[in-house]
Amino acid sequence: MSTTRYTKDHEYIRVEGDTGTVGITDYAQSQLGDVVFVELPAIGKVLAKGAEAAVVESVKAASEIYAPVAGEVVAINDVLGEEPGKVNEDATGDGWFLRIKISDPAELDTLMDEAAYQDFLKTL
Amino acid sequence: MSLEESKTAGSAPALLHTPLYALHVARGARMVPFAGYAMPVQYPTGILEEHLQTRSKAGLFDVSHMGQALLEGPQAAARLETLVPGDLTSLVPGRMRYTQLLDAQGCILDDLMVTRLENDSNGERLFLVVNAATKAQDFAHISASLPDLRLTPLEDRALLALQGPAASACLAQHFPAVATMPFMSLIEIEQEGMVWRISRSGYTGEDGFEIAVPADSAQSFAERLLADETVLPIGLGARDSLRLEAGLCLYGHDIDTTTTPIEAGLLWSISKRRRESGGFPGAARIQCEIAEGPARRRIGLRIEGKVPAREGAVIETPEGVSVGFVTSGGFAPSLQAPIAMGYVASAHAANGTVLQAVVRGKKLAATVTAMPFVPNHYYRGS
Repeated sequence: MSTTRYTKDHEYIRVEGDTGTVGITDYAQSQLGDVVFVELPAIGKVLAKGAEAAVVESVKAASEIYAPVAGEVVAINDVLGEEPGKVNEDATGDGWFLRIKISDPAELDTLMDEAAYQDFLKTL
Repeated sequence: MSLEESKTAGSAPALLHTPLYALHVARGARMVPFAGYAMPVQYPTGILEEHLQTRSKAGLFDVSHMGQALLEGPQAAARLETLVPGDLTSLVPGRMRYTQLLDAQGCILDDLMVTRLENDSNGERLFLVVNAATKAQDFAHISASLPDLRLTPLEDRALLALQGPAASACLAQHFPAVATMPFMSLIEIEQEGMVWRISRSGYTGEDGFEIAVPADSAQSFAERLLADETVLPIGLGARDSLRLEAGLCLYGHDIDTTTTPIEAGLLWSISKRRRESGGFPGAARIQCEIAEGPARRRIGLRIEGKVPAREGAVIETPEGVSVGFVTSGGFAPSLQAPIAMGYVASAHAANGTVLQAVVRGKKLAATVTAMPFVPNHYYRGS
C-alpha cells in the first residue's frame, strides 16, 4: 500500500514503508517540454527538505528538483542517463528520479495529497 | 522544481497578440511572454519533433512580432548606409541583405534585413525587418538620424516564416513564382488590392521563405499552408534551437551593445567597399579590428557528454583560466548533443581548441567548432 504526496513545486513522493520515490508530476513534464538530460545525486547523499535533489534539462532550460522531505538517497533511476525522455513519457512511473529513506515521516503531512494537488493545479 | 515561465506569464503586464494568436491557442500551443507579445513556445508536438520536422519537411513560424517598416526617399540606400556597415547602394530592386545598426562605438544596436524595392516617384524604397524587442528604439533611431527620409512602420501586417526542404514546393502551390526565387531575394505580389512580400530567407539554416501579409489575411493563409501534410506549426523553442545549430546570432544574447560585428564574426556582411571607405558609426574601430583582429571572438562549442552549457556559463582553458562565456547554448536535436556559442579571447578562438565550460561547478570538456554546426541548405538554384 502506497500513498503519494505532492509539493507546490510539482514534485511527487510515492511513499512505500520508510522510503519514498521522488519525481516530477505529469503537469511539470508537460510544462518543461522535451527532457534531454537529468542530473541525479549520488547514492548516500543526505538531503534536507527543500534542498536541491536533481536538475532536469529540457531543450529550453535547466530546472532544479527539490527534495519533498528530508532523507538519504538510497537509489537513483540510472535509465534516465540513456533515456531522459522517460520523464516525458511516464513521469510518475518509469520516469522517476530517486528514492530516499525518509528521515521524518511527519514531514509528509506538510505536503498535498492527490485531491489537494489537483485543486492546486486548477489555481495555476 | 522551478517553472519560471509559468510564474512570469502570470505576473506579466498585458501582452500583445499577433494576428495568429487564435490559431496558436486553437492548436494547443503553450503561450509565453516574448518581447511584449504572447507567443507560442511550442505546440503539443514538442520542441524536439518540431525542430526535426523543420529539418526534414517544413515548419510554419509566426514571426509577426518582428518590426516591419518602409524607408523611402531620395538616396534612401546611401542614407541608411550611414547607420549600418552593409552594402546597400549595390542592392538592385528585389534583393536583400543582412546588416546591423551600429552605435558610435561600432557596437550593435540591432541586426536587420534590408530589401531594396522598386523606386517610386519620390525616390528609393527600402523594406526593413528588425527584431521585436528593439523595434521601437530602432525606428526612433532611424527616424531621428535620417529626417530627410520617410519611415513608415507597417503595424497592420503579419510575418510568417515557412522553412524546410518542403517549403518551396508547398508555397509554390499558392505562388508558382517562388520556386525559382534566388536566396536573399524578394517579390511583391498584389492580392485583392494589398501587397504581399515574399522573401527567400529565414533563420533556420534551411531553404525557406518569409511572407509579409496583411493582418486580416494571416490566419486563413496560415491555415492553408498548414493544410499541406508536409507542414506543421513550429514554436519559438525550436526556432531558437534551429538558429543555434545554424550558427546564427540572436540579438540580446549573442550580439548586443557590447559587441561589434567583427567580434561577432559578421565580417562577411561588410563588403570590401564599405570596409575600405567606412562612413558608418564606429568605422574607425571596426576598421582597426579588421586590420589587427578583435580582442575576442564569437565561437561555436561542441560540449562533450549530455549536459547543456547555457547562456552565462564561464568558458575556461583546460588549466582553469577563464577566457570567456557562453551567450547561447542548449541541446542540438539534429546532433543529439549539447552545443553552444560564446565569446573567448582571440588566442583561444581557433577551431579545434580544447576548452571547458563550467556548469553547476562541473567542468565540461568543449571544443571550438566551426559554425554552422549542421550544414545549411539555402537555395542555390535548381
